[in-house]
Amino acid sequence: MFPTPIDRTARSTQLLFRIGLPVALFVWLLPILAVALTSVRGGADLSNGNYWGLPTEWKLWENYTAVFSNTPLFTYILNSFLVTIPTVIGALTLACMAGFALGIYRFKLNLLVFFLFVGGNFVPFQILMIPVRDLSLNLGLYDTITGLVLFHVAFQTGFCTFFMRNFIRDLPRELIEAARVEGASEFDIFFKVVLPLVRPAVAALSVLVFTFIWNDYFWATVLIQGNHAMPVTGGLKSLNGMWVAQWHLVSAGSIVAAMPPVLIFFLMQKHFIAGLTFGATKG
Amino acid sequence: MNSPSVTPSHAPPAASWWSRHQLRIVPWLFLAPALLMFVVYVIAPIFESIAISFYEWDGLSPRTFIGLANYKELMTDPDFHISLKNNVIWFFGFLLSIPMGLGLALLLNQKVFGIRMAKSLFFFPFVISQVVIGLVFSWFYDPSNGLLLHVMDLFGMDPIAVLSDEDLVTYGIVVAGLYPQTAYCMILYLTGLNNLRPDLIEAARLEGAKGWTMLFKIVLPQLRPATFIAVVVTIIGSLRSFDMISIMTQGGPYGQSKVLAYYMYEKALSEYGYRMGYGSAIATVLFLLMLVYIIFILYRVYKQEQETE
Repeated sequence: MFPTPIDRTARSTQLLFRIGLPVALFVWLLPILAVALTSVRGGADLSNGNYWGLPTEWKLWENYTAVFSNTPLFTYILNSFLVTIPTVIGALTLACMAGFALGIYRFKLNLLVFFLFVGGNFVPFQILMIPVRDLSLNLGLYDTITGLVLFHVAFQTGFCTFFMRNFIRDLPRELIEAARVEGASEFDIFFKVVLPLVRPAVAALSVLVFTFIWNDYFWATVLIQGNHAMPVTGGLKSLNGMWVAQWHLVSAGSIVAAMPPVLIFFLMQKHFIAGLTFGATKG
Repeated sequence: MNSPSVTPSHAPPAASWWSRHQLRIVPWLFLAPALLMFVVYVIAPIFESIAISFYEWDGLSPRTFIGLANYKELMTDPDFHISLKNNVIWFFGFLLSIPMGLGLALLLNQKVFGIRMAKSLFFFPFVISQVVIGLVFSWFYDPSNGLLLHVMDLFGMDPIAVLSDEDLVTYGIVVAGLYPQTAYCMILYLTGLNNLRPDLIEAARLEGAKGWTMLFKIVLPQLRPATFIAVVVTIIGSLRSFDMISIMTQGGPYGQSKVLAYYMYEKALSEYGYRMGYGSAIATVLFLLMLVYIIFILYRVYKQEQETE
């Protein structure tokens, strides 16, 4: 293990570590703690300039109900779910299929198609922006949740296929050969042999894609205009513009907006990190 | 490459065409939906954008072909130069997240009570939307009451309004961007540290290696895969920087915090006008810059493939 385990070091180092770690953690989380605190402040604190001390009055309930009743926050959150969940399902369905094709079969264009998915995954969004916006306009899908979902599904399919293909390729080939000898059709192999085995990859990708899409801001601003379809990232931006000095309300909105990915992260931490650090240990 | 394995001989002869060709057709059936979506929404738009960059177009009326005029204009466009310069600042500034992430990972790679929770909390900023991080940091920098102001006051310094300072604004936003990016690099290195080969570490310890020597000679070489991914995601992230700029400054003051990604959006879609052709030219430049890394990544993936074959 590196560095040396702390209980094998000098007493002074141990002491430093035990005090230093909580302090470092506190400083690191200070920005987030500040938002959390601000979200329960009263307006008076802000006008008196008390932005960073303890709140003089606690307005947890008032602020959070205000932000829901005075703004379209609820619609924004709902839209975010309506964009995120179908994207996760769509991208994973396509990626399981494509990953299966690229991971199991050997054919001439295999590597080329694989590189297309890997490379396309890294292009800057701006090179796609005008044509994708145009396409959505022509399909009548501009400013709709469907239009946003279709793009996200397509783009996330790149990353997910990359991940899935590598995962499936590392499955024991004997399983597939054995199934073929037993007379299983290729479709049986997909549904009965491969799909049950890729569950860990599906879990890891679901939480990752959920977080990426929930936090997407760029495409929300490019493909959506009205509040009726605006996800919460774009919504927060307009709330911030609307309430220039009402930081306690914007903070409350931010906390609500951050909740779903944060919950998913803490509940499915193992899968989340497995997905994110995929490839960080071999190569 | 080998041809697909032989079809089982006991397949019924009636289905012979299908069973003879099954292994050739099936992969394409499974690929078709993903490939179709990806080509329509990702691959084709790249070429379309490059094509649009040779036109003058407001997005509505017919396009006019103007050849390289957009690119010529870019060369003398001061805003383009500012954006390029800021991209360079983002690039090098963002790379700091790699040593910082490594430092955090080294600090946290311990087995003491509560360390799992500490790791999760250090990673926390990465999970939160950049919009929220951007908002938080604009309050942090707020010239009338931000925390930075109070801290500087404490040390008897004159307060600086970072986000309205033409020279400092980009650095200020990069610091905000480093917050989640450092968390990302940290988690990559934590995973790498978790998979170090204990025998190598112990052998080096027996030979008296410790501290920095150990880190540079024994540990870092084993962390190379993690470093590779950290470099890739950090460089790509630095060229993709958009959210924070849009939230914190909208490119200001006086357009001094623009980067290519933001400038392109501003030219093509914002209230400053709908110059699709010009925007596409900026996007093409950004794409070509990114292409260097994409080729680098693909080359590495290709080499890995050859090794595993």
